[in-house]
Amino acid sequence: MKPCIRIASGQGFWGDLLTAPVDQVTRGPIDYLVMDYLAEVTMSILQKQKRKDPRLGYAKDLVALMERILPLIVEKKIKVITNGGGVNPQACREAIFQAARRAGLRGLRIGIVSGDDILGDLDRFLAGGIPLKNMETGEDLASIREKVLSANVYFGAWPIVEALGQGASIVITGRTTDTGLTLAPMIHEFGWRGDDWDRMAAGTVAGHILECGGQASGGNFSADWKGIPDLAHIGFPIAETFPDGEFVITKHAGSGGLVSRQTVTEQLVYEIGDPRSYITPDCVADFTTIQLEEEGYNRLRVKGITGRSSTEFYKVSMAYLDGFTAVGTLTYAWPDALEKARAADSILRTRLDDLGLSFDEVRTELIGYNACHGPLAAPAVDLNEVVLRVGVRSHDAAAVERFGKEIAPLILTGPPSVTGFAGGRPRPSEVVAYWPALLPKGAVRPSIDVTEA
Amino acid sequence: MHVRLIDIAHARSGDKGDTANVGVIARRAEYYPLLVKYLTIERIKKHFEGIALGDVERFELPNLMALNFLLHRALGGGGTVSLKLDAQGKTLGSAMLRLELDIDETVVVEAKS
Repeated sequence: MKPCIRIASGQGFWGDLLTAPVDQVTRGPIDYLVMDYLAEVTMSILQKQKRKDPRLGYAKDLVALMERILPLIVEKKIKVITNGGGVNPQACREAIFQAARRAGLRGLRIGIVSGDDILGDLDRFLAGGIPLKNMETGEDLASIREKVLSANVYFGAWPIVEALGQGASIVITGRTTDTGLTLAPMIHEFGWRGDDWDRMAAGTVAGHILECGGQASGGNFSADWKGIPDLAHIGFPIAETFPDGEFVITKHAGSGGLVSRQTVTEQLVYEIGDPRSYITPDCVADFTTIQLEEEGYNRLRVKGITGRSSTEFYKVSMAYLDGFTAVGTLTYAWPDALEKARAADSILRTRLDDLGLSFDEVRTELIGYNACHGPLAAPAVDLNEVVLRVGVRSHDAAAVERFGKEIAPLILTGPPSVTGFAGGRPRPSEVVAYWPALLPKGAVRPSIDVTEA
Repeated sequence: MHVRLIDIAHARSGDKGDTANVGVIARRAEYYPLLVKYLTIERIKKHFEGIALGDVERFELPNLMALNFLLHRALGGGGTVSLKLDAQGKTLGSAMLRLELDIDETVVVEAKS
C-alpha cells in the first residue's frame, strides 16, 4: 500500500477554468485527477443532445482536454476519474479512445460506470410500488410523469472502485456524486471496508472540499479576497490522503491562490444542510467532527472525521419541462436613472395588462441597485446608471413570446437616456424543473465495464 | 457595543432547490459565541424578510466556528424556474454580512470593509 495518495481537483463544474487540469498534471506530482462536470441542469441538456444524435450526451470539453493530457498521464501514471460521461459514458469513452489513437497511444484501459439512467424504468418502478414522490413536497410523480426529460440515480464511490480494481486508469461515469469521485481512489488504494464509516466520511469530506475546484483554494473568498495572491494563476486544491483517513489540503508550489483554515472552511459550509447528516450513497458524514490544523503555508490538515452507516436509498434527480421564461433588460443613465427604470417597468406592466397576457410571475430587478440584496439594499443616491431587468414565467408560450416584443418599444416610447438593447428580442426558454426522489438501492444496479484499446 | 457582522465574520452561500444555505464563519474564536448568541433564528428571519419567504433553520458547527442557516423559499423557485438574477443565492452570504449587532460584550474588532 502506498503511504500517501495525492488526489487533485481538475474541474469544479462544466465551464470551469480549462487550464486547471493541465496545471494539475504538469506542475507537480499527483496520483489522481478528479473532475466534476455535472450540475443538475447539465443532465437534461445532455439528454436533449443525445436524443438528437446518439453519439452525443457527454461533456465534449473532456475529450479535448484528454487529448491534450493523455501522453502526460500515461507517462506519469496519473489516473483520471470524472463524471463527464453524462448520459452517454460509452460514447465518451469511444471519443477518448479515438483521441488516444490520434496521439499514437495504445493499451489504455478505460472503465465506464453506467446504469444511473433510469428514464426507461420509471413506469416499471411505479407499477412495482416505488412511488418516486417528490422528496421536498411529497407530491406523486404522476402529476409530471409525461413531462420528464431525464431521470438519473446518484451512484457513489463503489462502482468507480470496482472499475479501478479491474485495472482502469481512466474511469468515466454518468451521474455520480461529486464526493464519490474523490472517495473512490482512497477506498481502492487503502483497501478500506465499506462499513468503515469514519473512513467513508473522511473521504467524503475530502471530496466535498475538492468538488468545487478553486473555491477551496482562494476563489470566491469572502473573508479577505484582496489578500489572495495571484488569482490569475490559481492552483486548484490537492488532497494528500493517508490510510488512516487523515488528509492534507494543499496545492502545487508556485501556483496562485491560498489554502488556509478560512478558505477551506468557506468551502466546507458551502451547500450543506444539517452538518451532522451529510448524506451520500456511501455514508452519512458528520461535519461537526471535522478538525482543521494549519501545518504550514498552503497546507491544512483535516482529521477527526466520523460518519454513520449509509441509508437504504439512492437519490434520484429527474428533470421535467415546466413552462417558459424570458428576461429582458434595458439600461437607463443619469439623471434620475432609478426613477426612469421604475417608470419604464410600470409602463411595460400596463401594456402587458392591456394585452390581457397572463403570467405565473413577473419579476422586476434593478441591477446596480437591488438585484442582489433586494429589500436589504442601501438607499440609492443619484445612481449613474441602472439596468432594468424584467423576467416573466408562464405555461403559455405565446404570452412569453409576446412579452419579448414589448421591451424594445420602450426605447422610443418611454423615459429617455436608455440604451443596451443590442441583443435583440428576449426569446422564450423552456423551464427545466427538478424532481428529487428516493429509490431503494436494490431497485437498480450500476454497470461497470473496463475495456482496453 | 455596536459591531458590524462583516467585521467579525465571513460567509459563503449556495443553493439546493428553492432553499439557500448561508454559512457564517467567525473570524476569530472569541467571536463565535457572539454568533451563537446573537444570530438567532428570529433575528435572521427578520433580516431576510421579503427574501426568505419560508422558514429559517440554524445549525451549529463549533469545530469550524461556524453557523449554517437554511433559508427556505428564498430563490424564487430555484434552478431554471427562478426569474432572479441571483437564482442560486450566491450573494446572500454578503447580504447576511450587512447585519449590525448591538452586543453586551466588549471585543476588539478591526474594520474589514
